[in-house]
Amino acid sequence: MRVGKQTFVYEKPPEVASHASVVGPKEGGGPLADYFDVILDDDLLGMKSWELAESEMLRRCALLAMKEGGIPEGSAQAFFTGDLNDQIIASGFAGRALELPFVGLYGACSTFVEGLVLASGLISGGFLENALCAASSHFCTAERQFRLPLEMGTQRTPSAQWTATAAGCALLRNSDAKNRLRVTAGTLGKVVDYEIKDANHMGAAMAPAVESTIRAHLSDTGRTAGDFDLIVTGDLGWIGREILLELFSRSGKPLPSEKLVDCGASLYFQEQDPHAGGSGCGCVASVSCGWIMKRMEEGELRRVLLTGSGAMMSPTSSLQAESIPSIAYAASLEVI
Amino acid sequence: MSKNQAQKVREYAKIVEEKTPKSRHVRGCLRAFWVGGLICVIGQCFTNLAVALNLSEMTAPMFTSCVLIFLGTTLTGIGVYDRIGKYAGAGSIVPITGFANSVAAPAIEFRREGMVLGLGARLFQLAGPVLTYGISASIVFGIIYWAVKEWLL
Repeated sequence: MRVGKQTFVYEKPPEVASHASVVGPKEGGGPLADYFDVILDDDLLGMKSWELAESEMLRRCALLAMKEGGIPEGSAQAFFTGDLNDQIIASGFAGRALELPFVGLYGACSTFVEGLVLASGLISGGFLENALCAASSHFCTAERQFRLPLEMGTQRTPSAQWTATAAGCALLRNSDAKNRLRVTAGTLGKVVDYEIKDANHMGAAMAPAVESTIRAHLSDTGRTAGDFDLIVTGDLGWIGREILLELFSRSGKPLPSEKLVDCGASLYFQEQDPHAGGSGCGCVASVSCGWIMKRMEEGELRRVLLTGSGAMMSPTSSLQAESIPSIAYAASLEVI
Repeated sequence: MSKNQAQKVREYAKIVEEKTPKSRHVRGCLRAFWVGGLICVIGQCFTNLAVALNLSEMTAPMFTSCVLIFLGTTLTGIGVYDRIGKYAGAGSIVPITGFANSVAAPAIEFRREGMVLGLGARLFQLAGPVLTYGISASIVFGIIYWAVKEWLL
């Protein structure tokens, strides 16, 4: 059912039957290491290119989610996924290997949440019994595409973020069982642009989009920030998180700082030198499938507003000095 | 863009500037100075060595360049130069070793896309602009130098 201007409230909210996360060695050395299902020791995974490695990581993550969810391999009815590579090749290659009905998405780093919102709608509407929602990113594929070759000896600015080598996958399914983790509502964001042009400052580019989507979700559903145990943002990083708090406080409805958790700002220790924090499609996917969803199942959290945000730019648009349009999606996760 | 929107964009730019930490320029300059200086000292040692080995004044600097390019490329290949660069910034980009690094790094990175369209086409991805404008500038200044010498002196 559509409520307000941008939000769906799912009449039959799908259950998150299982969730899996696979991360690289650097992420596995961070503060959330205990929550991830698989920590790779080799970020090339024995493949001959970084792109194939990312695709293999995504494939393993999807297989793990199906196994944990107790459904036979290959029986998921749809695979919603995306990544940062040109023409989302990591997803396409993983789709080829998995042989599942495929929905390729691109919402930059918001892709995982975009998938959750869409798949939940199709399951609630009775079009699907279950669906896999996933996303992946890899530091080495992102660097060569968006920035510089890995061995270049340059410095990064303090606001630059570190693309996470990570994949997350959740299996959603239609079920009537009580007391389960479910996706109860989803909000489609609008593309927002506050004319940030610095591709090394994604947090600043995306914060207004996140603000717009959270505000839309709250006003559409008639909830307040106080109704949620946590509000989770995707990859604003430490600086972007501060900017978001400032945006809310200036609007007269401040978000309580202790309720706002950013996946990118939680993924690494400062000593690991990620600068402003983690980013990438795999950041919000792995942190929510690892950390957030596990905490919800353990009963620590009952209701979480999960948002993912993406910078809709490309190396071409950066070179042409265009500003960075950004998008954010929100999904309300509840144990009911 | 409406007036209202322009106002919002300006206010937002202020928030962003307030919340964004600045690069540490003084520390950066000091690090660039000592690492860049050290690379130059190493270069000078090789030049002196070359002169001691009876190489001419013309060939000694060439010998030094070859050695430094070799060192820069080797350090890139074994994954050390990017760490030096992270610490020293311009200190290790400006000397000729940085130029070697900017050619070797894409060579390693794009080898997977093939010898011709990968490595071959991308080899000068970063060094290309330096060559384009370096050579262009030297042609322009060469003409000026020639004209001044021919007609004014």
